[in-house]
Amino acid sequence: MRSGDLILQTMSKVVFFIIILFSIHLFFEGHYRPGGGFVGGLMTSGAIILLLLAYDIKTVKKIIPFDFKWLIAVGLFISVVTAGGSLLFNVPFFTHVHDYFNIPLLGKTSLHTAALFDLGVFFVVVGVTLTIIQTIGESE
Amino acid sequence: MTGILEFVVLAFILIGAFFSLVAAIGVVRLPDVYTRNHAASKSATLGVMFILIGTFLYFAAEGHTNTRLILAIVFIFLTSPVGGHLINRAAYYTGVNMWDQSVRDDLREKVGYGKRKSPEDTGGKIS
Repeated sequence: MRSGDLILQTMSKVVFFIIILFSIHLFFEGHYRPGGGFVGGLMTSGAIILLLLAYDIKTVKKIIPFDFKWLIAVGLFISVVTAGGSLLFNVPFFTHVHDYFNIPLLGKTSLHTAALFDLGVFFVVVGVTLTIIQTIGESE
Repeated sequence: MTGILEFVVLAFILIGAFFSLVAAIGVVRLPDVYTRNHAASKSATLGVMFILIGTFLYFAAEGHTNTRLILAIVFIFLTSPVGGHLINRAAYYTGVNMWDQSVRDDLREKVGYGKRKSPEDTGGKIS
């Protein structure tokens, strides 16, 4: 395959940020509207796959310089800590709490520990998808 | 939602549906990959954008400003022509012949290789 299509590379630079922003948007509105960690993670990995298509694997490794298998581990760790942390407060496993906080710029915001669990799902989905794609792509 | 805005939304959605229909007819009727892609990538993009603008206006009139629709309009406007370009480029470099009555192929002199045959070589047959 001929690489180095200037139109595709320039456009993917612009479109990458739109997709990433939209995936973060999907991730954060998952509690009240359709969205959440799974779709957000898939869309983030879709944005990175777009970079993989426009450039080659070495360039993307230079842009994102860590192993995606670590993302799976970090995501699982976050999820387990979120779920197991409830045991420290003498409530059943997986009990979530939420409360309202006054954040300087955002005003009164409800923060929920389910968002942390969703962050773990997000990391695992990104890690698994990109590991699969990279493993298939690198094998000659 | 009353008054003139209803007609504006109606016009946008009908124009969008019309352009999508024109794109579909063009894909069926035109002779080769390049002209078909020309119809699909231009007309369908405009049609979908018109439909999305109509949808945005409809919900904006009811008080829901859906910014995702604006994002979708910009996104389709950016990406759909690039998709058409890539399909055309892949077709050209894998040797898909042009329509037998096409007369110019400037890229062939620039690229200079490939299995492609120009219309003169094949005697006007699409293989």
